[in-house]
Amino acid sequence: MAVEGIGARALRKEDKRFITGKGKYTDDMTMPGMGYAAFVRSPHAHAKVKGIDASAALEMPGVDAVLTGDQLVGNGIGNLICGWMIHSKDGSPMKMGGWRALEPEIVRHVGQAVAVVVADTQAQARDAADAVVVDYEELPAVIDPLAALEAGAPQIHPEAEGNLIYDWEIGDEAATNAAFEKAAHVTRMEIHNNRLVPNAMEPRAALAGYDAAEEHYTLYTTSQNPHVARLVLSAFYNVAPENKLRVIAPDVGGGFGSKIYIYPEEMVCLWASKRVGRPIKWVSDRTEAFLTDAHGRDHRSEAELALDADNKILGLRVKTVANLGAYMSLFSSSVPTYLYATLLSGQYDIPAIHANVKTVYTNTTPVDAYRGAGRPEATYLLERIMETAAREVGLSPAEFRRKNFIRSFPHQTPVIMCYDAGDYDATLDAALKAADYDGFAARKAEAASRGKLRGIGLSCYIEACGIAPSAAVGSLGAGVGLWESAEVRVNPVGSIEVLTGSHSHGQGHETTFAQLISERFGLDTNAVSIVHGDTDKVQFGMGTYGSRSGAVGMSAIVKALDKVEAKAKKIAAHLMEASEGDIQIEGGELKVAGTDKKLTFTEVALAAYTAHNLPEGMEPGLKEGAFYDPTNFTFPAGTYVCEVEVDPDTGKTEVVNFVAADDFGNIINPMIVEGQVHGGITQGIGQALLENASYDENGQLLTASYMDYCMPRADDVPSYNLSTHVTACPGNPLGMKGCGEAGAIGSPPAVINAITDAIGDNNLSMPASPEKVWALYHAGLKQAAE
Amino acid sequence: MYETTYHKAGSVSEAASLMANADDGKFLGGGQTLLPTMKQRLAAPSDLVDVTKIADMKGISANGDGVTIGAATTHFEVSTSDLVKQKLPGLASLAGGIGDPAVRHMGTIGGSIANNDPAADYPAALVALGATVVTSKRELAAEDFFTGMFETALDEDEIVVAVKFPGAAASAYAKYPNPASRYAMAGVFVAKGSDGSVKVAVTGAGQNGVFRMSDMETALAGNFSPDAVAGIAPDANDLLSDIHGSAAYRANLVTVMAKRAVQKA
Ligand SMILES: Cc1cc2nc3c(=O)[nH]c(=O)nc-3n(C[C@H](O)[C@H](O)[C@H](O)COP(=O)(O)OP(=O)(O)OC[C@H]3O[C@@H](n4cnc5c(N)ncnc54)[C@H](O)[C@@H]3O)c2cc1C
Repeated sequence: MAVEGIGARALRKEDKRFITGKGKYTDDMTMPGMGYAAFVRSPHAHAKVKGIDASAALEMPGVDAVLTGDQLVGNGIGNLICGWMIHSKDGSPMKMGGWRALEPEIVRHVGQAVAVVVADTQAQARDAADAVVVDYEELPAVIDPLAALEAGAPQIHPEAEGNLIYDWEIGDEAATNAAFEKAAHVTRMEIHNNRLVPNAMEPRAALAGYDAAEEHYTLYTTSQNPHVARLVLSAFYNVAPENKLRVIAPDVGGGFGSKIYIYPEEMVCLWASKRVGRPIKWVSDRTEAFLTDAHGRDHRSEAELALDADNKILGLRVKTVANLGAYMSLFSSSVPTYLYATLLSGQYDIPAIHANVKTVYTNTTPVDAYRGAGRPEATYLLERIMETAAREVGLSPAEFRRKNFIRSFPHQTPVIMCYDAGDYDATLDAALKAADYDGFAARKAEAASRGKLRGIGLSCYIEACGIAPSAAVGSLGAGVGLWESAEVRVNPVGSIEVLTGSHSHGQGHETTFAQLISERFGLDTNAVSIVHGDTDKVQFGMGTYGSRSGAVGMSAIVKALDKVEAKAKKIAAHLMEASEGDIQIEGGELKVAGTDKKLTFTEVALAAYTAHNLPEGMEPGLKEGAFYDPTNFTFPAGTYVCEVEVDPDTGKTEVVNFVAADDFGNIINPMIVEGQVHGGITQGIGQALLENASYDENGQLLTASYMDYCMPRADDVPSYNLSTHVTACPGNPLGMKGCGEAGAIGSPPAVINAITDAIGDNNLSMPASPEKVWALYHAGLKQAAE
Repeated sequence: MYETTYHKAGSVSEAASLMANADDGKFLGGGQTLLPTMKQRLAAPSDLVDVTKIADMKGISANGDGVTIGAATTHFEVSTSDLVKQKLPGLASLAGGIGDPAVRHMGTIGGSIANNDPAADYPAALVALGATVVTSKRELAAEDFFTGMFETALDEDEIVVAVKFPGAAASAYAKYPNPASRYAMAGVFVAKGSDGSVKVAVTGAGQNGVFRMSDMETALAGNFSPDAVAGIAPDANDLLSDIHGSAAYRANLVTVMAKRAVQKA
């Protein structure tokens, strides 16, 4: 290690333990005397629970208890909550059905838990769970979100008539309709965004223990936001008051949003640990993960784009039905509204936008935020229709976009967002150049000589990161504030601990956050430790999702560092009898400018703690905390170019080139940023080509294992061509925008636009399975022949 | 996984007697199909009798123009065997395209054919090459061995010991893999006998497992070229249809894979 500051491609400090298998995950934790939980789950998508007979299970070896929903409700454990209130356009609040962690009356999706078994070993618990006899009376189920809204569809929750949760709108409908009336050209498309299963490498897990003497609970769990988990478990689920509950999220193997939420299983373990009187561990198996981790996406939209005679955009009209599954998960309501429709302006100057969003219950796994959360759905819709419109009016898709770019900032869109900075021409130019866009025709001809159909597609995405400010999101219905906290603790020997409310589950905070300190004080990054993920260590924090750890989390650290630096300079000035303004920090030393007087950072830290000679009135110690509440979202943006070759005989698509030109604002560690982009693009290619959560008409998940659910693999993707272009974000001290989700947001439309270009048919839906592509292409050939 | 008892058999006869003494036993090959099924609690054998440590069931040897492959030989060993590459290149390439490296290092030819998954690769090779399955009780022609989807002529206590492949003038396999599992959605094995006769066997697509394409065989006997099979497809009514591909799509894949196999042969 060394002094590696902002901009250094520092190797990840955490990788030593991950690569050598020494990471410590929830399943690695133990508590004396712990037992294991196994859940009894519904095999039906919709059924009445008429009775639960646990007598045989209770007789089995090692079994301590079988607990059901009646006992949970009887103990006063609250329903699961949704933390963002959305109002329908008629002003009425969203219609939320009750969700109990163990369901005593009606199950609403396959895999919903009705009981839990606690036993000495995991195998005993699972064997006994199989022996719990549940008497179900099957009810008609509805799986398709459009069918769920039809008259006569099975009613899923009594609270939500016709399965409609809310009917929400944004933008000026009259102005948008007027724009369409004067349009010279209108492009119309039906656009689906396929349902995805998050598939973090580490499945969810919990280990809960209750200390009867202290009346105190400890929960180890796979969480992206342990403090939010503690808050919700305390305030809403009534498990324990916050001061009697410690939540620890140790190493966590990926989340992609799915580990933001507080699920039934973790809460049941906590509750049951007191009731049964022993610590309880539960580790999801992969099938449970497929059936119960919140899914992502699942939108059905109709989109219309109005152009004037000069091909400038006049307006965008969108109608979306979003499937939220059987229950409203923690942030599910915000995803298809404020995280989606507010991004529909993209990089374009669109005078009028109107979007109507209906969310609907179906007998499927709950849907919530998944890498990108709403923004991929917005980008996919807009970038598909942009490309299609360009083709319809006969303009180059690149030139059509350029013609409509926003070029002056700040820019207020018709859908709430006020973009602060960007240079969309710069990323478009860079991407086109890197992709040799102009040379495409020759490559297409060469591919044709090999019998391949070559296509090229663009996507100019924008996204909003670091959701904020707290007061603004509060006014839109959020139940929480979206600031972040930090504490910088300088130890007497000059090493530093940084406590952050962000949580790393793959992002590399231990490295990038340390680089901030290395930069500021000229210290070796090894002298800095990042502490996170434990409610007993970090006072409070909002966790990591929505690409917020840089723009929000690091900004909080910067504020705390400012305070540490100011105090350290005061001490140094006092010790060296200089004026505070003359103290400069360089290479781990505090120097008096223009002299050879200096003190090492360690000497100053020690002086702060010995307190033998501090300035008059100064408190001992060198430790500062800060809370940072952003003033606006940040707006990363960029252009992605995808080039594909389709095999006309089989319909198989090969991604032959993928170029990403991103503007993430300032960058702390380019290597880590590239890793984020690689992962994101790969997930986006996965969505576009391979991944799909597919249900049969009875609500059985057909793709409930990797034999049928296709995750992208290394040989499904090319080597990526990446570059970054900086317009600094004016809204935060580091000028950062965020990079965690961009890849997954920007790539799906680029891939689909490339395939539709190759096969000459714009009506392709995701995932672009070989069969779909083959059928469309050959139908087109047949039509052309007729 | 439910509780089970593991036994390691040292010989074919020991394996048979261990099985006879088991309540509800199963032979264990590389475990690549059986263990995942047990982990999902879809199978619960009382006993597992591991046959992969039986010396007589391992290894590859020359057998006239052809080769004999012990049932406990892994896909990796078949795919990298010089003998197989030289005599039956189509078989070596087929074995090298099964699943992924982890599967190929564990899975065995005996386990694969005993399981007779309709999307497994080996059945196409055995049928097209006219192989003989040697069991602990008898010898069976491949076409008599595979009796339907996940079904074979094996008795409960019968062990696959080896597979005898005759030689071929040319052999090739073309597979369109399921993108998720990498099993065959359509796999076509084309074999040209030393007498000029041609056999074409298809896996992955049929409702009853592996089947032969006699129209293609006739066409290729006259003209061994991709064009000869370009217009021949199986009846889609007899094919599998699932979320990964309709019967009509699989019918097309059979034609395309047949062309590619002939091209390679
Ligand atoms: C991820 C994955 C991908 C795969 N992809 C493919 C693919 O692309 N193509 C393909 O063909 N296969 C594929 N397979 C299956 C793989 O080839 C297995 O090796 C094979 O199906 C079973 O062989 P095994 O030795 O593992 O048998 P096991 O799983 O141990 O046993 C399978 C069955 O055969 C029985 N059995 C085993 N050995 C004998 C014997 N000698 N005599 C009698 N009965 C026996 C067992 O009792 C059991 O019923 C895949 C498997 C996985 C996990």
